[in-house]
Amino acid sequence: MTTFTVINFTLLAILTVTALVIARLRALYEAAMLTALSSLVTASLFVLMDAVDVAFTEAAVGVGISTVLLLGVLALTRSREAVTPRRRHLPAIAVTALTGGLLVYAAQDLPAFGSADSPVQRHPVTEVYLHQSQEEIGVPNTVTAVLASYRALDTLGELVVVFAAGTAVLLLLGPLTHGKRRQNLDLMEYKVLRVVSSLLMPFVLVFALYVLFHGDFGPGGGFQAGVIFATGFVLHGLVFGLDKSQRVVPPAALGSLVPLGLGLFVGLGVVTMLLGGSFLDYGTLLPAGGPAAQHLGILIVEVAIGITVAAVMTSIFFAFAGRRPTR
Amino acid sequence: MILLEILSAVLLAAGALFIVSGAVGLLRFPDFYTRIHATGITDSAGAGLILLGLLLRTTTWEAGVRLLIIMLFLVVTGPTATHLLAHAARRDGVPVWRKGDPRR
Amino acid sequence: MTGTHYVYWLLFALMMIGLYVVISHGNLLKKMIGLTLFQVSVFLFFISLGKVEGGSAPIISPEVETYSHPLPQVLILTAIVVGVATLAVGLALAVRIFEAYGTVEEEDMREHDEDRHGAAS
Repeated sequence: MTTFTVINFTLLAILTVTALVIARLRALYEAAMLTALSSLVTASLFVLMDAVDVAFTEAAVGVGISTVLLLGVLALTRSREAVTPRRRHLPAIAVTALTGGLLVYAAQDLPAFGSADSPVQRHPVTEVYLHQSQEEIGVPNTVTAVLASYRALDTLGELVVVFAAGTAVLLLLGPLTHGKRRQNLDLMEYKVLRVVSSLLMPFVLVFALYVLFHGDFGPGGGFQAGVIFATGFVLHGLVFGLDKSQRVVPPAALGSLVPLGLGLFVGLGVVTMLLGGSFLDYGTLLPAGGPAAQHLGILIVEVAIGITVAAVMTSIFFAFAGRRPTR
Repeated sequence: MILLEILSAVLLAAGALFIVSGAVGLLRFPDFYTRIHATGITDSAGAGLILLGLLLRTTTWEAGVRLLIIMLFLVVTGPTATHLLAHAARRDGVPVWRKGDPRR
Repeated sequence: MTGTHYVYWLLFALMMIGLYVVISHGNLLKKMIGLTLFQVSVFLFFISLGKVEGGSAPIISPEVETYSHPLPQVLILTAIVVGVATLAVGLALAVRIFEAYGTVEEEDMREHDEDRHGAAS
């Protein structure tokens, strides 16, 4: 039993036990906290499986934004679940047992965990992504290279989904008006919290910019940077109150930033088409072509992703926080 | 350097010990305030010692600087979180445990 | 050969727990939490397919020989952000439903509808 197996098994066991407890808990605040814990354990598992970019994103998104949203909704609705009647358990158990059995049966054909000659690893595209990308693009973080260059069209689609979700939340929860002063959301009387937050917030924002530009060389990139940037403003909103936070980031500005990133991304694709290449063919951006043009294209794309994701996450938080509880 | 390795191992083990003691305290202490006192150890002493132990093992100065920044961040946010928890509980009216009370 | 499949089985168990919570619990917020659990286990499963034993993160550096595959990580990275965006939409719907019905429990919502429109609805 290698140390890897021990750590892997322990983390997976913790995750399973947490999931079981979440399923049984009727108190929803505790369930939200345990969901944050499961996201954190998942982030550790991602690091163990060498997916550092994904771990970064999961830690920022799953532990940060998800928990804030869940707690915000729990503040607006009731926080205790009713007892599930017995007759609902039986079909659920039947479906899960059947599906689980089918999955385990199908898993017999899966390659062994960690094998180096599985079909995934032997495919020629692995060679392209890992080694040819160094000559063509020259970005050490191959995840960023694949995300922003080889598979930029997929990323555009994902960005459109994020944009659509932000629009849907804004449509559902109303326009972002200036919130009136509400005691239960601002924590102004906690002096220590105020000082520490005002100390930390500029560093959070600078760290988001660092993550954005450093995504070429280490874990990072547009998605993580956008989420961390939004986290800075969520912190400000939680501590200083929604009205002050909306004076720092006016809702009109947010409303124009949300489509700006998406427009930048699509605009880049149109520009490359006008310059003679295909959609999102970065080689046309500079007359020399080659890695420098790819770097420029990747930079623009990452900035666009960062802008839209940050604006969407912040406006989602403002939308939830500005909603007045009705009962 | 063998001395650095031994020192780093000692620091890591001490950090792990503090974290385990924080966890044991979380389970065994009788009252909310004493429990968050126990978990405050996890963030400051436990994580700090582990980061110091890792600092002795770094090969590049960039990794060292990053570890120092993480330690600084934990030093600032850990006690703040504990302070806020205690403040919120006090404001909510959670009673302080006295000797002889049942475990809450 | 099946010695290393414990990872897949544990992840399937997680998926099934999440699925069970989504199907059986009537509370809308609990369903969203269950969906989050399901999502997280699917991500783990996908990433575990790209892992190479003895490999390292797919950041090219001269000291490393084997890398884990970057493609599953790319797909899951965007999936995580999309997941939280759809969680936000689901929670916004739950808030609006709560404001319309006064409850987020399915049973109470169904009773509310039957009371208002008669059992024919």
